[in-house]
Amino acid sequence: MSTKLLNPSRREVLKAMAAAGVVAGVGPTLASRAFAADKVVVGVIYVGPKDDYGYNQAQAQAAAAIKKLPGVTVIEEEKVPETVDVQKTMASMIEQDGAVLIFPTSFGYFDPHVIKMAEKYPKVRFAHCGGLWNEAKHPKNSGSYFGYIDECQYLNGVVAGYTTKSKKLGFIAAKPIPQVLRNINAFTLGAQSVNPAITTQVIFTGDWALPVKEAEAANSMIDQGIDVITMHVDSPKVIVETCERRGIYVCGYHANQAALAPKGYLTGAEWNWLTPYTVHVKAVGAGTPMNNFLRGGLKEGFVKTSAYGPAVSDAAKKTADGVKAKMMKDEFVIFKGPLKDNTGKVVIPGGTAYKQQDVVLEQMNYLVAGVAGKV
Amino acid sequence: MRRAAEAIVIPVGALLVAMIIFGAFMGVIGKDPLEVYALIYKGAFSSGFAWQNTLQRAAPLILTALCVALPAQTGLIVIGGEGALVLGGLAAAVIGHALSGASPLLSGGSPLLSGASPLAVQISMAAAAMLVGGAWIALAGALRHYRGVNETISSLLLTYIGLALFNHFVEGPLRDPASLNKPSTMPIGDANMVGHLPGMDVHWGLVYGIAFCIVAYVLVRHTVQGFALSIVGGNVRAAKLAGLPVGMLILVSCFLGGAAAGLAGMAEVAAVHGSANASLIAGYGYAGILVSFIARHNPLAILPVATLLGGIAASGGMLQRRLDLPDATVLVLEGIAFMVILASETLYGRFRMFQPRET
Repeated sequence: MSTKLLNPSRREVLKAMAAAGVVAGVGPTLASRAFAADKVVVGVIYVGPKDDYGYNQAQAQAAAAIKKLPGVTVIEEEKVPETVDVQKTMASMIEQDGAVLIFPTSFGYFDPHVIKMAEKYPKVRFAHCGGLWNEAKHPKNSGSYFGYIDECQYLNGVVAGYTTKSKKLGFIAAKPIPQVLRNINAFTLGAQSVNPAITTQVIFTGDWALPVKEAEAANSMIDQGIDVITMHVDSPKVIVETCERRGIYVCGYHANQAALAPKGYLTGAEWNWLTPYTVHVKAVGAGTPMNNFLRGGLKEGFVKTSAYGPAVSDAAKKTADGVKAKMMKDEFVIFKGPLKDNTGKVVIPGGTAYKQQDVVLEQMNYLVAGVAGKV
Repeated sequence: MRRAAEAIVIPVGALLVAMIIFGAFMGVIGKDPLEVYALIYKGAFSSGFAWQNTLQRAAPLILTALCVALPAQTGLIVIGGEGALVLGGLAAAVIGHALSGASPLLSGGSPLLSGASPLAVQISMAAAAMLVGGAWIALAGALRHYRGVNETISSLLLTYIGLALFNHFVEGPLRDPASLNKPSTMPIGDANMVGHLPGMDVHWGLVYGIAFCIVAYVLVRHTVQGFALSIVGGNVRAAKLAGLPVGMLILVSCFLGGAAAGLAGMAEVAAVHGSANASLIAGYGYAGILVSFIARHNPLAILPVATLLGGIAASGGMLQRRLDLPDATVLVLEGIAFMVILASETLYGRFRMFQPRET
């Protein structure tokens, strides 16, 4: 029977097509899966595919986890562009499916799309991923959640610093915007904490998902002798695969990519969005006011690191775990003076230390000394 | 009459065949085709909300389809609407900001410019967008006419150049320093936004598109100049023998097409985003190619076809939310529809019942 199922005869296929045609022709009897009224309907919107081994997958993992909470229904839409389409998607989730809480997960969804919809549907909550919500300007039923993932990039840097033999690291990034620069700098500072002579080569690809350029960048870095690469692009998949194929090491980003590089994957900076998702879902369930501004790092459980790969030395694990323990106790500061950028200018004077929450860090517009690249 | 019936029956029949194939495909992956079609209907056309969703998504496609349909009248296959759209949007954002009174550079010297009324700003934005988009596609037409460069390839390559220029300006010289993590140009100001149609959640881009289609239809089908375009499209040498200004006609048809795509960019800036940024690069230019080919490059037929594709896009979300189907589902449906409709082109003139009776 199994062979027959796999190889249907032409007659059977024709029959199936005819049947489908008849069914299709019968006309629209409205089949609707009505959602029970006592359930909390949560909508999650992704800008790319849910299984991208990256930004969207990190969000989808949290969505899959809250699906299991009792009394919660999750509806999802992927590959929704940052145009009026996302407004229509949000409105459809509310009007057609009764969503009361929406996670529009792409940074570019916020202004103007989330703001407009939050004004139009004041009873629905919109929790946007990013850090854009401003109490003075934005509706109270909207808010931001974000994580200090540069902590994990610092730890990536520590592990990379122990692993590299050429003392040359690579960072493939999308655009020179503050969030990305902060990751590049944290990664480099982490590596330099192991050996101050280590340098990081940066390549900006220009956009969030350009797999061909990302592969080219990875290959050209490897050709230059770089032996550990990390990244800040939406889907690190192709970079991680390229590194594994060329036999060098890689630190992941957004989600866990260990499955793509069983030999060369060192560790990775991962989001743990389940933490803010749970806060919002519970608040809706309990009817408590929305927490408009949620932020945290390792300590608060907003980010996490991937398990160490087989190539990570014991010394690297020990040092990285030591730094991580300090971060968990809020005793570690990544950005402190004296710090110079790669043009020799002092960007943080001696004696000044910026804690993670400091808004100065969100306007970062420099690359620290030891980074080869230009903003 | 019979010819007209043929022009309706064949594409509608082709769409039905496409739906049957897609239904079989859904059946094979274990989804009930009946439920899928019911959801497509529900998501796209069942209510006022669904219709607005559909029309909103159709609006940019109408204009970008014209960017294919108008040059096609002279026999050119232009697929570079995306480049004309983003550059038109950029031009609109620059002019909109310059006239909004927030720019000391332009308004400082001239008090006339600083207090421009929103309508004047919007008209200037539309004019700038159409000029830039039109010039961009006319470039492909000029390369074709004067240098013999294939316009399909050159318009596609021009799109890549256009996107690179767009990104350079948005992230470089024209960047609003306040747009930290999402590089954008300076805002045109809320007062200058065109807003929604009265009583609807659909922006004015839809009206621009419908008006442009009607004007294009009259031009192409009911004027001498339109007739000249179709002669060039039918046979360039015959057109030259008849003394028609072939080069000018090609350039004008390309310019008008590009102007439509540029106007779509202006609508994105003035009705949705308020500035130019990477969100303008949404693939509308490419989707317009599909619309124009299904409409057989008839400017009026673009309207129902764009509505249909807008509806499929609108219901795509419904399929994802209710049936957990991937986003690619609607692409499969669109792809099947495109292939079947292209294949059905060979059927024209083959059915005796559609032929005019011999007298």
